[in-house]
Amino acid sequence: MKLTCLSQGNGYYCPPTHILQLCGFRLLLECPIDLSSLAVFSPIPSAGAANLDASSGLLRALPWLKTVPGLHLWDPSLIDAVLVSSPSAMLGLPFLTRNAKFCGKIYATEVVARIGQLLMEDLLSMHAEFLQFYGADVKPASPEWMKWVELEKLSPVLKQVVLGEDGEELGAWMPLYSAADIKECMQKIQPLKYGEETCFNGSIIMKAYSSGLDIGSCNWTINSPKISITYLSSSLFMPACWKGFDYHSLLGNDLVLFSDLSSLSSTASTCAETREIRNNNMIVENDPSLCSASALSKDEIPHQLFGTDETSDEIEKISFICSCIIDSLEGGGSVLIPISRLGTVLLLLEQISESLESFNLKVPIFMISPTAEETLAFVNTVPEWLSKQRQQKLFSGEALFNHVELKKVNRLHVFPSIYSSELLMMWQEPCIIFSPHWSLRLGPVVPLLRRWHADPKSLLILEQGVNVEVALLPFRPVAIKVLQSSFLSGIMMHKVEPLLEILHPKLVLYPEDLRIQYPLKENSSWSYLYYSENVQLRVPSFVEDVKACLETNLAFQLRPRRLTQQNIAIARLKGRIFLSKGKYFLAASRIPMEFSNKQLLYWGSIEPTCLLLALQDRGLVGTIHWNKDAANGVYTIQITNPEKAVIETSATMTTISCEDENTATLIYEALGTVCDGI
Amino acid sequence: MGIECLVLGAGQEVGKSCVVVSMGGKRIMFDCGMHMGYLDNRRFPDFSLISKTGDFDSALTCVVITHFHLDHVGALPYFTEVCGYHGPIYMTYPTKALAPLMLEDYRKVMVDRRGEEEQFTYDHIMECLKKVTPLDLKQTVQVDKDLEIRAYYAGHVLGAAMIYAKVGESTIVYTGDYNMTPDRHLGAAHIDRLQLDLLITESTYATTIRDSKYAREREFLRAIHKCVAGGGKVLIPTFALGRAQELCILLDDYWERMNLKVPIYFSAGLTIQANMYYKMLIGWTSQKIKETSSVRNTFDFKHVCPFDRSLINAPGPCVLFATPGMISGGFSLEVFKQWAPSELNLVTLPGYCVAGTIGHKLMSGKPTRIDLDKDTYVDVRCQIHQLSFSPHTDSKGIMDLVEYLSPKHVILVHGEKPKMAMLKERIQSELGIQCYYPANNEKLLISTTQNVKIDVTKKFIRSCSSAMLSNVKNSLLSISDSGSKDNEIIKLAREDTTAEGILLMEKTKTAKLIHGNELLHTLGVKEHQVRFAFCCPVEVTRMEPLSDEANTTLCHVNSIMKVYVPRCLVTEDRLTTANNTLLDILLSELETRTECKNIQIASDSLQLHTFHVRVCSTEHCSYRKKENGVGESVVYFCCSWSPCDDRLRCLCVVLELFKIRNEY
Ligand SMILES: [Zn+2]
Ligand SMILES: [Zn+2]
Repeated sequence: MKLTCLSQGNGYYCPPTHILQLCGFRLLLECPIDLSSLAVFSPIPSAGAANLDASSGLLRALPWLKTVPGLHLWDPSLIDAVLVSSPSAMLGLPFLTRNAKFCGKIYATEVVARIGQLLMEDLLSMHAEFLQFYGADVKPASPEWMKWVELEKLSPVLKQVVLGEDGEELGAWMPLYSAADIKECMQKIQPLKYGEETCFNGSIIMKAYSSGLDIGSCNWTINSPKISITYLSSSLFMPACWKGFDYHSLLGNDLVLFSDLSSLSSTASTCAETREIRNNNMIVENDPSLCSASALSKDEIPHQLFGTDETSDEIEKISFICSCIIDSLEGGGSVLIPISRLGTVLLLLEQISESLESFNLKVPIFMISPTAEETLAFVNTVPEWLSKQRQQKLFSGEALFNHVELKKVNRLHVFPSIYSSELLMMWQEPCIIFSPHWSLRLGPVVPLLRRWHADPKSLLILEQGVNVEVALLPFRPVAIKVLQSSFLSGIMMHKVEPLLEILHPKLVLYPEDLRIQYPLKENSSWSYLYYSENVQLRVPSFVEDVKACLETNLAFQLRPRRLTQQNIAIARLKGRIFLSKGKYFLAASRIPMEFSNKQLLYWGSIEPTCLLLALQDRGLVGTIHWNKDAANGVYTIQITNPEKAVIETSATMTTISCEDENTATLIYEALGTVCDGI
Repeated sequence: MGIECLVLGAGQEVGKSCVVVSMGGKRIMFDCGMHMGYLDNRRFPDFSLISKTGDFDSALTCVVITHFHLDHVGALPYFTEVCGYHGPIYMTYPTKALAPLMLEDYRKVMVDRRGEEEQFTYDHIMECLKKVTPLDLKQTVQVDKDLEIRAYYAGHVLGAAMIYAKVGESTIVYTGDYNMTPDRHLGAAHIDRLQLDLLITESTYATTIRDSKYAREREFLRAIHKCVAGGGKVLIPTFALGRAQELCILLDDYWERMNLKVPIYFSAGLTIQANMYYKMLIGWTSQKIKETSSVRNTFDFKHVCPFDRSLINAPGPCVLFATPGMISGGFSLEVFKQWAPSELNLVTLPGYCVAGTIGHKLMSGKPTRIDLDKDTYVDVRCQIHQLSFSPHTDSKGIMDLVEYLSPKHVILVHGEKPKMAMLKERIQSELGIQCYYPANNEKLLISTTQNVKIDVTKKFIRSCSSAMLSNVKNSLLSISDSGSKDNEIIKLAREDTTAEGILLMEKTKTAKLIHGNELLHTLGVKEHQVRFAFCCPVEVTRMEPLSDEANTTLCHVNSIMKVYVPRCLVTEDRLTTANNTLLDILLSELETRTECKNIQIASDSLQLHTFHVRVCSTEHCSYRKKENGVGESVVYFCCSWSPCDDRLRCLCVVLELFKIRNEY
């Protein structure tokens, strides 16, 4: 087994990507795009305000997307399967599937596949505005902005986004896929339920289990006949309203591939740069003192992982955001929430509407995106993927989320586009707007930010991990308040080791960079191997024997023979072997096998008198002649009746010489009864 | 080892489905239904057969319910709340959500209308359902360390599931009710091709074969349209869930297309509320509905509105969905009494009505009068339309499923005895599968065979795949990394390979399969070689050349070669007396005369497999036949071979027949 980490990713929207070589197959783990790369492009200039973009230093061209660096170096025909753990992890899939050479299978949970599809469609339809503005690329293979002269003009920060740290990532850029590409991609996905067993090529069994990161997000168990693997992506132990981390189903596998690098990106994100606009920027920090007892069911997650209470932290965070929102609204400012994490959006929506209720504020909430309507309708039909508390709503006949009710009473309005006439008729400020973030370059956020960027009363809510300075480049001067909040997007570092203790693997594949940042304790019960980007890691195999099933029909054919000295019986086995659902089976052959009674392999030595007796039993008369020159057990048996024959025996070898075939067979038979063999 | 199957209900009948299966020390109850046709203690399964003492918690590992129909879940609150079973209960999400509606509806009918003593209360229902663990489809659920269960889509009604259960190597599927063809709102049953010891299947339509569903739907719509066009009222007695939604989709769609304005009513708020559940559970409906519902949910019916009791005798046509189905009492009976006497009106009945219900009476013959009890009766003048589409599979569907799964045994339940007998015959004769249809409270023991778990060494696996590699050429390698050592897995997954090895059985350990070469090392012993040997004389003389092929005779044929021996054997080569030259001559002779092309020549011997020939240099070789008058021109060739190649013994005979011409 080998692991190559293609990318450590970049926060929630761009999870780490690996290639896992197992049983001769190559599995691609995740296929995201680097959404932050969109930020190097300038939004479509608004009529009459063209100068706004001129100063930003951004590329004015049809945006391309940056895929996982290094992935394009792999021949798509060599990728046998792709595992996708979250909706954002599939945004890069159409780039792979539109390649005619790709013929692998793609696995994702039903919900991830559906939400991912909606995200792709959303991206595509927003990108269409650019297409309309710029027209298609004149030179589709190498657009103008990719030329060195153009790239040299970029600021160092933007240049690094385009070229990567080593300046080698230009090849990762791709023109956006089409609707047909998305459709083709979706057809290649095999949607799964949590805990559904799927078998790749009869030999690798894969199952997805809830990771708690978002609705439908998952971790995987990957079992081959030789090794069982837990592939651990970013996980949340106790999310607010969807299924939490299912650790129980991951127990006892040989190996854990630890791929939750959320701690890495949350600290590595450029704090220093965000401080620049600190005067109008509030950062919500994780305050460990906030942890308090929770009323939520603790039985699902063992005590060790419970520790500081993430759930109450998150609730605390969200209520802080709500209070900021209320402040802004009361001050007459609008609130823009460009967040694409579905679970977080739903949670915010519920909390905000409750806050508005309690403050008796009659402010409209808009949700604007081409796929918002479908997304909201969809999440109300997935009770199986939600937390136990939320499922209770199904069983008592209530809608799963309160947006159903909010829409009914006209508190929430959902529109596909900001330019819809109904929206214009209903428009009212202050208001709250949810819309996808797309690095603040595509879609409704652009005109809305142009409207509010200089309004100090308004509020923009961003997630941590976004480079605020770059994100707001086209919207300067910035006077709008920016609230950057770090929603939990993975396992907190101090819970990693307790978790591993519970999972109890033999070996952990762990990111080198994370180890440098957070040293691990020495551990005797499992060992670590450390992986880094683009370095192939060989994982030694540590299973000696392979489990198999001996079918009854074959077992009945066995003729066991007890050995003289030990407590062992042995039997020759001849049948067919096949692999089914990751398990070896041995069964009787379809065509009856000829089973020769003759033994073919002998060991030990032969007692001459025993052999003589055995020969006599078969009517062969002979005498023993000790060989004079060799003292150590070399002797000859001369058979005289009924046919002539000679048997020469030493400690390690016996030779039978006899012209008559029947007699030879008899001698051989007699030999078999006095010598261990098979 | 075996599977014990105790049929507590639906044995040779339809109603109170309940089968208790014991395997590998686990005991699972499938379904816990009630019989709608009885009011006495026959309505519930006889739970005392599970445990005499009533300690059901230790007698059962778990209860699994397949769907929300009362004949499958009706006795559950009684079993948990009155009989006191507290163990795990599993059912799908929709069943958990919808079963309480069915149970409460039925309880109300029993208590309010018939004035009966209730068997369980509303609280019982709620308490009971609280204990249920919901299942999603295809999810493998570990009930405990040894028992795993999995639900598969069964069609039939929303959330209906076939249940797969596995303990150790024993596997069964209990189908519950299922439908092999999709209907208006549900997909067809779908299950993996599982290896099964036992399949327990419903057999409601054990002998019926149905034609196209669309024709039957059209017939239904035409009947209703004709009735309302004539000013009549249509009563559709149904249970709150399932059929009601299917027909509603059908009617709503038809009303829309035909632009009809006649009102469609739902009795009570119950079914309206049910639609709320259906909207959230749209993931469990057919693919078509799922796809079309991304914009407008199919269960937002346009033409359907709630019914008020005062409308019963209101003038004008209408269509009314009323509970319960089969007109077993309640509101549907109340409306039936009012509407049945008019020939303008229409009553539709499902394809199957339980004996004892009014629905059943209406279907058997064409009664003009129905006695409700000894004092009251209803004149029946209205038309009766029997729905000929049913959410149950027909006999072809059952046969298809049985053939597809090819289990080792089949048990039929949920059907009528004579039809089950016929289906059993078909399954046994056409599919060659043992089939049974036990009566209620009968116990059946099915013997199973157990596979043995063994360990296999990696070397053995590798040897299997290299054996395969030599068979199948290199074509399979192309898709994979040729440097990888794990290629064998790719190959073994594709087709069967012959495996040959040695099974090592030690008293307390798992048996281990090893490659033959590993045996000696594993046992820590040294090989004792056994060989056959024979020293053959070959006459070396001067002979006249003979080139006539016709002079050869076929002397020996066996599986590996044909041996042609010339009457006179001549070589033209210039010869020396050197042994190696003799071997060379021998080789060329053997090759030309035996069709053996792979004879190897080693330093001092010829080798074919383990058969070795060398020129014998020992003066009194002990393997030499006592020569009887052979001339001095004889050269001895010493042959030896391993017992595994004993068929090559004949080469000695061949050698003796040789006469090599040699020039001194
Ligand atoms: Zn049913
Ligand atoms: Zn039934």
